[in-house]
Amino acid sequence: MKNHKVVASLEEAIRLSGLKDGMTVSFHHHLRNGDHVLNMVMEAIAQMGIHDLTVNASSLFDIHAPLLRHIENGVVTHLKTNYMSGGIGRAISAGILADPVEFRTHGGRPSDIELGRTPIDVAFIAAPTADPMGNCTGKYGKSACGSLGYAIPDAMNAKKVVVVTDNLAAYPLTDWSIPEIYVDYVVAVDAIGDPAGIVSGTTRITRDPVGLVMADRAAQVIRHSGLLKDGFSFQTGAGGASLAAAKYLRDIMLREKIHGSFGSGGITGYLVDMLNDGCFEALMDVQCFDLKAVESIRTNPRHHEISASHYASPSARSAVVDSLDVVILGATEIDTDFNVNVHTDSNGSIMGGSGGHSDTAAGAKLSMIIAPMFRARLPIITDRVKCISTPGRDIDVLVTQGGIAVNPKNQELLLRLKDAGLPVVDIHDLKEMVERTTGTPAPVREGGRVVANVIYRDGTLLDTIRSVPAK
Amino acid sequence: MEIIKRAIAGTLESSDAYVEIEPNAQGIRCELESVVEQQFGDNIRGLVEEILAGCGVKNAKIHIIDRGALECVIRARVEAAVMRGKGE
Repeated sequence: MKNHKVVASLEEAIRLSGLKDGMTVSFHHHLRNGDHVLNMVMEAIAQMGIHDLTVNASSLFDIHAPLLRHIENGVVTHLKTNYMSGGIGRAISAGILADPVEFRTHGGRPSDIELGRTPIDVAFIAAPTADPMGNCTGKYGKSACGSLGYAIPDAMNAKKVVVVTDNLAAYPLTDWSIPEIYVDYVVAVDAIGDPAGIVSGTTRITRDPVGLVMADRAAQVIRHSGLLKDGFSFQTGAGGASLAAAKYLRDIMLREKIHGSFGSGGITGYLVDMLNDGCFEALMDVQCFDLKAVESIRTNPRHHEISASHYASPSARSAVVDSLDVVILGATEIDTDFNVNVHTDSNGSIMGGSGGHSDTAAGAKLSMIIAPMFRARLPIITDRVKCISTPGRDIDVLVTQGGIAVNPKNQELLLRLKDAGLPVVDIHDLKEMVERTTGTPAPVREGGRVVANVIYRDGTLLDTIRSVPAK
Repeated sequence: MEIIKRAIAGTLESSDAYVEIEPNAQGIRCELESVVEQQFGDNIRGLVEEILAGCGVKNAKIHIIDRGALECVIRARVEAAVMRGKGE
């Protein structure tokens, strides 16, 4: 019985894993735009002459630009992901990949992995601390990122699992996120990432007056929704206006002595403050966004790490999103049927992805979009979004600085907000109001071939994204 | 009204427009770079033509870098550039 799984190099681990042409490798994105592991692994794979791989990554950031070279060289021929930032997105939109990218959601990805729809041959786990048998965690180490939630389904289901760490600790590492039972090999490297890109020092609320008006309105909508009472549960993104809304909500909860049950999702310092102030009993954390969240998940037993499946899988017996009362989400566009686009920009080029957008929207009792009426002259409201990321049936309300539009399917909310005297307006009227300020935009020309398929959390095709000529 | 010297107005900030105007021997020459070219490019070129005609400018070279400015902002920046570039 060997007493450790540590191998000398990434090449050695890849060779031992049996990775061959045509197989699938997977990565998780807790190191975000500071991640070195995906690039190191793909470089090693390219050097070894392996081709025609599928990369299944929970998200891709611009730091992963070397991946584009591996695509051009035929090392990578298929991509599956839940999100890609604009630099990678532009190249995909320009058509560098012959087969369409498969976009999933943070819940749909683990669901499809567990159901065997998207099997993984070798999973690479970027682990801020690991022991020689592969017990690993994101809570400790110089590259600490907090939760490793998105990596857990990969570790549990991949045929081979390689843990890559820059902080090898003595066995047994007891406070693990992923236990040794799933791990085949451990590789120690100098740095798995750049701490500056992994977590923000602090995430800050917006100081933009328009953002603050929207945030105040968002908090008022929640207050009058009938959901803000003891046991309340809440999720918000890390956007400036969403965080400001969380701050206003906290003020209301403290003033009215409301004790919520949990906050979930990607966790920021603002949610940690709400936990510590007694607004919530617990945080359910699939990813930490800032240092305060990392510190909290390490030290506060009420701050729980959850797997991507536990967070949002539609095929789990239940997931956290199913118990959510309110989620605040963003949008690049929303149409008059309340369909939301978070995949493409105003010219149709990929610059995002669902992440947990459509999972939380499907689960929460109240799904709120918070967005300015227009960004740089482009109205937020259109007749039809260029890409449906989240279907309108799952969106309850749009909050802008010019008015609040309620989805007609939620008549109860409409009446409650009207009774509260909030500025409720029909979404068609709001669209007209915006266009009186911006002018009516000419339609963007139709793109070419399909470069990405947007797969809904239940595995069905929701929409397609077409190519955009590179500038 | 004659444009007799090069003049600028505006900034490169988001939602603003940067306008440069200079003398031209014959007619109006308009160059536009816009982040909303697809949605508003023709609209902006028509607007600039209209503003210059309204100011009585018949000969000028005008270069606009638009960062998604509203119509009222473009109008203000173009008019300011014209006022700065005209003879006293």
